[in-house]
Amino acid sequence: MIHSLFLINHTGDIFLEKHWKSVISRSVCDYFFEAKEKAEDPENVPPVLYTPHHYLVSIYRGKLFFLSVIQTEVSPLFVIEFLHRVADIFQDYFGECSEAVIKDNVVIVYALLEEMLDNGFPLATESNVLKEMIRPPTILRSVVNTLTGGSNVGDTLPAGQLSNIPWRRAGVKYTNNEAYFDVIEEIDAIVDKSGTTVFAEIQGVIEACVRLTGMPDLTLSFMNPRLLDDVSFHPCVRFKRWESERVLSFIPPDGNFRLMSYHVSSQNLVAIPVYVKQNISFLETGACGRLDITIGPKQTMGKMVEGLKVTIHMPKMVLSVNLTATQGTHTYDLTAKVLVWDVGKLNPQKLPNLRGSLSMQSGAPKPEDNPSINMDLKIQQLAISGLKVSRLDMHGEKYKPFKGVKYLTKAGKFQVRT
Amino acid sequence: LTSLSFSCVRNSGICSCKCVKQPQMNEDLKEMLESNKESLKLEAMKRIVGLISKGKNASELFPAVVKNVASKNIELKKLVYVYLVRYAEEQQDLALLSISTFQRALKKEQLIEVIEKLLKDKSTLVAGSVVVAFEEVCPDRIDLIHKNFRKLCNLLVDVEEWGQVVIINMLTRYARTQFTSPWREDAMFDENNEKAFYDSDSEEKKGQADVKTYIMDPDHRLLLRNTKPLLQSRNTAVVMAVAQLYWHLAPKHEVSIVTKSLVRLLRSHRYIVVAFKHCYNLLSKQGMFEPYMKSFYVRSTDSTHIKTLKLEILTNLANEANISTILREFQTYVKSQDKAFAAATIQAIGRCATNISEVTDTCLNGLVLLLSNRDESVVAESVVVIKKLLQTQPNQHSDIISHMAKLFDNITVPMARASILWLMGEYCERVPKIAPDVLRKMAKTFTVEEDIVKLQTVNLAAKLFLTNSKQTKLLTQYILNLGKYDQNYDIRDRTRFIRQLIVPSEKSSTLNKYARRILLASKPAPVLESAFKDRDRFQLGTLSHSLNIKTSGYQELSEWPAVAPDPSVRNVEVIEPVKEWAPSVGKAKQSKSEDKFYSDDEEKEENASDSSSSDDSDSSSSSSEGLVLCFCFLVVITKQAFSLQPQSYQGNHTAWSGKMQRALFFRILSHTLIYSFISAFLMSCQVTTPSFGPMKTFELLHHMTGKGLSAKYHFPRQPCLYQPSMVSVQVILTNGSDHTLEEIHVGDRSPASLHIHCFNTIGEFLTVRSVPRCRAQDTCTSVQYWHLKLFCTKEDQFSVSIQPAVGELLMPSTMTEADFCKEQKKLLGMNETSATITMTTANTSSQTINKQVLSVANVGVAPSSQNNFHRFAGRTVSSGALVLVSLELKESSSALLTINTEKSIMASMLLQDLKQALTEA
Repeated sequence: MIHSLFLINHTGDIFLEKHWKSVISRSVCDYFFEAKEKAEDPENVPPVLYTPHHYLVSIYRGKLFFLSVIQTEVSPLFVIEFLHRVADIFQDYFGECSEAVIKDNVVIVYALLEEMLDNGFPLATESNVLKEMIRPPTILRSVVNTLTGGSNVGDTLPAGQLSNIPWRRAGVKYTNNEAYFDVIEEIDAIVDKSGTTVFAEIQGVIEACVRLTGMPDLTLSFMNPRLLDDVSFHPCVRFKRWESERVLSFIPPDGNFRLMSYHVSSQNLVAIPVYVKQNISFLETGACGRLDITIGPKQTMGKMVEGLKVTIHMPKMVLSVNLTATQGTHTYDLTAKVLVWDVGKLNPQKLPNLRGSLSMQSGAPKPEDNPSINMDLKIQQLAISGLKVSRLDMHGEKYKPFKGVKYLTKAGKFQVRT
Repeated sequence: LTSLSFSCVRNSGICSCKCVKQPQMNEDLKEMLESNKESLKLEAMKRIVGLISKGKNASELFPAVVKNVASKNIELKKLVYVYLVRYAEEQQDLALLSISTFQRALKKEQLIEVIEKLLKDKSTLVAGSVVVAFEEVCPDRIDLIHKNFRKLCNLLVDVEEWGQVVIINMLTRYARTQFTSPWREDAMFDENNEKAFYDSDSEEKKGQADVKTYIMDPDHRLLLRNTKPLLQSRNTAVVMAVAQLYWHLAPKHEVSIVTKSLVRLLRSHRYIVVAFKHCYNLLSKQGMFEPYMKSFYVRSTDSTHIKTLKLEILTNLANEANISTILREFQTYVKSQDKAFAAATIQAIGRCATNISEVTDTCLNGLVLLLSNRDESVVAESVVVIKKLLQTQPNQHSDIISHMAKLFDNITVPMARASILWLMGEYCERVPKIAPDVLRKMAKTFTVEEDIVKLQTVNLAAKLFLTNSKQTKLLTQYILNLGKYDQNYDIRDRTRFIRQLIVPSEKSSTLNKYARRILLASKPAPVLESAFKDRDRFQLGTLSHSLNIKTSGYQELSEWPAVAPDPSVRNVEVIEPVKEWAPSVGKAKQSKSEDKFYSDDEEKEENASDSSSSDDSDSSSSSSEGLVLCFCFLVVITKQAFSLQPQSYQGNHTAWSGKMQRALFFRILSHTLIYSFISAFLMSCQVTTPSFGPMKTFELLHHMTGKGLSAKYHFPRQPCLYQPSMVSVQVILTNGSDHTLEEIHVGDRSPASLHIHCFNTIGEFLTVRSVPRCRAQDTCTSVQYWHLKLFCTKEDQFSVSIQPAVGELLMPSTMTEADFCKEQKKLLGMNETSATITMTTANTSSQTINKQVLSVANVGVAPSSQNNFHRFAGRTVSSGALVLVSLELKESSSALLTINTEKSIMASMLLQDLKQALTEA
């Protein structure tokens, strides 16, 4: 299936290669570079390419291209999904997925790749399983390793992988048994000029952090499960119980994992927490424009809106801005033409406002369209869809765990057209 | 404070540069590897892995590295393994010398046998891997799936996610060959009524003779039902696999359940949409995403790829009900700063306008408004689209044409100008006053226009000349003159053509008559269609589908059969505990023979079976057996691979703790093993090209003379496992008596020079009428009878003799026609034997000739450029001497059969055999 992997940085240097079958010459990447050249923007490089003898499937993550070479028919999504898993694992192990970090940890990277893919077919892709075999590097551990000559490679092999629950290792022991769940919702919305919602929906995930001794069997139930329109689960969740009872029944992996992601349908009314009053105009005569933005709370369910941030991709002819904000700071990136206004907390008594003038390239025609406004925000202790966890039960173990649920609402792709 | 132990690796970039120039750097590494300190070795290996990851050549260190394979340090071992895998191919002589012999011995039949066995396994761990193996080795052996179909369906949810993808894709293919099409209007789809239908209603139904009604096969329903929950998988590949399964197998009205999940995929990785645009496109044509239309609204931050795809989908979704919403949305896009996207939107509006006649006028008006847009590319695109729209219904739109004529001066994009000129010409009779004026303007600027505009100007001039020659005669002549001296060849050519066509003269009178009909013929309206063509010839979601080319290894999805094959093949009987496969291993257990393979296996096998039974108490017995089976092979392979140092390997092997060993082997067996098989098999395929032909079985011992024991033999034509210069003879023993036969073995033989590598003594032969296969291998020094004594039950002995057919002492050899002729020239005179034979007419087709020759002799077919010439090449197994057979067909069914070889006795015998075979039948 997957024959080889090349890691390529954004300048086009191949800085790591790994072959699972026979060695394929680097020159195969030339076809990719050609396509990259043509696409200009790295995001626009076609993910599936074909060359006379091979097929190339690539993803772009963290300014790196993960380019895999395949020789025979396979679902491209299979490869793409796997490459994302590889990137996720690097992220998980090293805290970030960048060229520098991969180069620093090349031996661990190699060991990981060796375990993740076996003769071209995915083998161990569970982070928990991998961590048992290859320990992630920490500063303390590398110091200890240097002094004692120890290594990051585990000397036991994961017992869980051949069981029916490969995601959980055997013999887990904790003195404090705890299970925490974060319900995180993102609002994707498009709001038009007049403030009416063109489109809005909610994407949610439940991130779990479970540190429980033994083999606990958990059941998580919701007050209002009917709200969830479309769900996808971690492999540990039993499909059948969800189908019949709408409860999440599972033996959890050890540590952090994403239990489920869900979607609240656009049929339900989605509460939009803030409104934006804006006026951006470019004058026909004279090389300048006006900008005036005010943000106010709309449906916040009585909670505080935090981390408010406004990002505007200005038209190319906007040379500089001369703005004043009543709250927060603003910056204008002259080369990327991006205006960022970091507002912070939204105070309902004193609405934040940003206004001033935009100076334009003289002689350039007035832009056709006003730039749209991208919003970023956070609301603690609120799931905007109204989803509520009702209870968590544990079977199979005797002790009493600490349980906790946290809610958070964020703006996803929240765009205001102007 | 970065790790010191890794710093060496980071520096390896510098090291590697030096390596190339200064070989002593590698000497350095060599010394480190040969030192006694583990830490030094480890550091050296880390540096070497660093080199490999950069694509540098580290192969010269091979001998030094390979020694460390026996290390007790796990980390070091793993790194050595990484190195070995990387260089094993290039250093084959060193590393895999022994494995290649093993590979030659592997046969596809055996492999399929293993796969068949493993398919029966009930463990979810095995299911995924074995289907991968199945897909690679024998994807066309659909018959192996029958018995396992229901089990696979039921296990599917618990198989690991990557295995699920492969299984679902395979089952899709399977289902298309086994079930009838559910895409019928009279179908019944109630999920639960299958049983009831047969039981209670059967009598009523008989009366109605309702042959037409379609009832879904319960297995078909089972597959659909059991894959459905996987739409909830977090793995996008699994979701896509289920989606394509529903697309290809489910009744049309059920396919829509996958859309929700596909819309979800859109959000998981941004790349997915791009890779699967064709899937989404195909599905959106069916209006499947309509409820999720708004999910496809474009954001200004989307990449161009995604924007155009979303646009495409929205256009596909447009219908009378939602068109106004979509058009409103499109209006926003037209203003986009991404001009390529704006242009694509205009085209999309054009498509909506042609598809939905209610909105054609609205769209057209909208597009006309865009003509006053400041952006040139938007205007140009609008003109082009308007031109196409007008062509579809030109009757009432003269106002639009005149409006465009007014804008003409301000439009500079050549394509747009050309389009307007074409419109003027085509509909010049609707705008009789404006068109000549436009031509006048064009005459002034003709020389500075782009070629495409010039061509259309000439066209316009010609059309106006025909309809309104009074006003435009002079203008036309002027333009034709300009065109005559244009620099562009095409324009000169067109001008000459037009002049001949429209200007009356003596010569061109015939064409001239028809000029008007030629130039002003009504033209068919263009079809505004998507740039993405339909791609339903490939299985959805495959690489072939996304590239729209047939990729290597793509398995066609067959059409639904008109009549379903027998569904009872999927019925599973109670599995018998007796395994055909086990005895050959099991028997060796009792007798410690010289056969190393088996005896070693058996030790390991014992370990394995012990461990598996103690460890996996919950897995079924069948499953652990599957694992054991794998295990045996694994050991053989590993042993072969490490046979350079069998001692150290074994020492190290025992040093591992039992648990670790077990875990390691079990962990790798599921994948590595199957793959080792496959790669081995694929290589072996290239080495031996097994010749086909009916296998003749000869009797060795009749059960009357053999006191119940009967024996038959045949030549399996497989390369010999033990020594390449031996011929394999497969002896099949059958116990026809009702008592146990013991200690069957081969005794004396004659002639004494005959070397036999025979089967091991069979300790007990318990089962009545069971047929174990044993294999004896004989050298072929001569073509005399081989006399053997077959012992049985301690005291009984039977003298038997094998008559080696001369053709069986050969092995096929592949050669080109040129090589064949060259070799043949070397073997003339004494070395040539020939005979003229008369063949029956039925035998003269090349297919039958090949078949006849191959049935007699184990030779390979050599290509021949002449139809009447047939060539076959082989070598004697014992000495490798060439044997060339050629057959020249002549008139009146006579043929010249020639054999060229050094072995003259063999030649004459072979000639006799061939003669007989070819004249017979």
